[in-house]
Amino acid sequence: MKETPLSNCERRFLLRAIEEKKRLDGRQTYDYRNIKISFGTDYGCCIVELGKTRVLGQVSCELVSPKLNRATEGILFFNLELSQMAAPAFEPGRQSDLLVKLNRLLERCLRNSKCIDTESLCVVAGEKVWQIRVDLHLLNHDGNIIDAASIAAIVALCHFRRPDVSVQGDEVTLYTLEERDPVPLSIHHMPICVSFAFFQQGTYLLVDPSEREERVMDGLLVIAMNKHREICTIQSSGGIMLLKDQVLRCSKIAGVKVVEITELIQKALENDQKVRKEGGKFGFAESMANQRITAFKMEKAPIDTSDVEEKAEEIISEAEPPSEVVSKPVLWTPGTAQIGEGIENSWGHLEDSEKEDEDEGGNDEAVILDGIKMDAGVDVSHIGSQDAPIVLSDSEEEEMIILEPDKNPKKIRTQTISATQVKAPSKKPVKKRKKKRAAN
Amino acid sequence: MAFLDFRGGSGRVQIVSKRRATCGRHSWSPRVGACVQRTHLVRKRALLGGSNKPRLHVGSGAMEGAMQTESKIRADSRTEPGPRGPGCSLRHFACEQNLLSRPDGSASFLQGDTSVLAGVYGPAEVKISKEIFNKATLEVILRPKTGLPGVAEKSRERLIRNTCEAVVLGALHPRTSITVVLQVVSDAGSLLACCLNAACMALVDAGVPMRALFCGVTCALDSDGTLMLDPTAKQEKEARAVLTFALDSVERKLLMSTTKGLYSDAELQQCLAAAQTASTHVFRFYRESLQRRYSKS
Repeated sequence: MKETPLSNCERRFLLRAIEEKKRLDGRQTYDYRNIKISFGTDYGCCIVELGKTRVLGQVSCELVSPKLNRATEGILFFNLELSQMAAPAFEPGRQSDLLVKLNRLLERCLRNSKCIDTESLCVVAGEKVWQIRVDLHLLNHDGNIIDAASIAAIVALCHFRRPDVSVQGDEVTLYTLEERDPVPLSIHHMPICVSFAFFQQGTYLLVDPSEREERVMDGLLVIAMNKHREICTIQSSGGIMLLKDQVLRCSKIAGVKVVEITELIQKALENDQKVRKEGGKFGFAESMANQRITAFKMEKAPIDTSDVEEKAEEIISEAEPPSEVVSKPVLWTPGTAQIGEGIENSWGHLEDSEKEDEDEGGNDEAVILDGIKMDAGVDVSHIGSQDAPIVLSDSEEEEMIILEPDKNPKKIRTQTISATQVKAPSKKPVKKRKKKRAAN
Repeated sequence: MAFLDFRGGSGRVQIVSKRRATCGRHSWSPRVGACVQRTHLVRKRALLGGSNKPRLHVGSGAMEGAMQTESKIRADSRTEPGPRGPGCSLRHFACEQNLLSRPDGSASFLQGDTSVLAGVYGPAEVKISKEIFNKATLEVILRPKTGLPGVAEKSRERLIRNTCEAVVLGALHPRTSITVVLQVVSDAGSLLACCLNAACMALVDAGVPMRALFCGVTCALDSDGTLMLDPTAKQEKEARAVLTFALDSVERKLLMSTTKGLYSDAELQQCLAAAQTASTHVFRFYRESLQRRYSKS
């Protein structure tokens, strides 16, 4: 779907409001929206909500051979996907620019900053290393995708537990989840991206722009920092020209914000760990708010299936037996068989000579096998004698009988699928069967 | 717990207390004069490796034996969500609607640990190449959690699309597109059924006109023919056949069925009948959640 264009009056309204230090949702210039982090039942699965922007993150691991030039290091793979439900404009072919930009920024933030110790992911040098794959899905786009995605990525990585491996000489034992508790990844620090949107050629700046604000901004500055005030990545896009002290000011703001966000992440991780250790309920079902009228829960419901056998027997006894399947395979050569003949030629009558050639050719080469269940002759006469209208099913193949006036009818197209033309159908069971076949 | 107290020497068995067992797995059987394990747990014992006959706990070893089975059962039920008898049960359901701000309709459906998020856009603009002159073009997109979407996702998309096309009144919105986007949030068994349920709730939230609601129910048949509804991932892996049905709300008719594995036609009809019974519960859940949302009280 095409992106709905932003109207001029909306644009002007937003810019005027920003000039007066007002934001549409009532935040201050340097305020972040509410961040909510919830974890799933598997390790490494989390959903981060930054205001209304929602990102799902999942970490998975696999044992693979290492890269040739990095034989002792594990492999990290990041993938951010802009799901089509996030915004109507996100269609598979249309999002490439934004997608590449976000993916590249995320990679620089997480991979180049060396926040994960890749040496610890090595199992057997040169042969087997862990490949850690981080999949992020944007579920709802309300601005500032990169911040939400970086938070989701680092939270998922901190939450993830990989299976334990022990190496004894030449033997490598991979323990399953039941045998030994899984082991967390070794993470040195938590880089988090903070975005700054600039308006009116760098005069005004806003932290954590919403979707509307992103539409009217001139440029974006993203600073990835950790709580030790180390800058991991910095990127300025949109062609705005910033002064040195503007950039320094932004980095100071980013430092403060990152500390707050890191505290929030630590608290969320600790809460989840506590709940899991105590054996309480965890997962998305628990983090769903109870009080909302749009949310509803139902406890486990036992189903009484005592009468299924009687019902089933009733249906089977009422149903007509399935029709006999008549398939007369014609074996042309070893390895080539023919069942049926396809649709009748609708181009008009062939000339007689052509027809004769065809028939002769067919008769010489083909070996005709008898039908499995019914005799061919019986079948033909049965169908031929039917005066009642034949009900056609959805299949395109029409049931046709080619009768040669002087020869035995050998070429018969029988529809192996439908059960309708042979017997009067009993509605329910046949319908079910037909629908099943149509679905399959 | 009723204790059988053997008085040494006299040979008399004196019943100390007749109170019902605290562990709840055993029922006092006055006729037998001992704790008799209820037969509905016989199958569980079979799973745990015991014999099929109901056991009698008599003697001083009774306490330990009973406590052992009790702790075993408790441990077992921690790995699966709740004990399942031969009577099947549906897992804990939860649904939240309208949780995303951009799509026209959205719903998150949870069945036990399986969770699917659905977003619906529509009726909206459609590409000329895909437009149908007299009805709406329905598109279903299913994204797995890890990795790129593959053939399995494509086939599930098609099944869901066929189900939706049967119920959505596309003729009311010709030359438009209705897109249903499904994201797998976690997969712990019965994924296709959960996707169908999420899609239905999202379509309701979006206000797309439909002739009926639909729901998905999964049945699994294990090697000794036991029917299980709403199987977990472990049960699906060990099952001989897994059948998923989509049923409509008006007359519980079958909209879609997809099966995997080996089963007889009697078993198919039994699974279908069981799914129809289960769908009553699912539709009641739909109704209650919508009532909660739209009622004035």
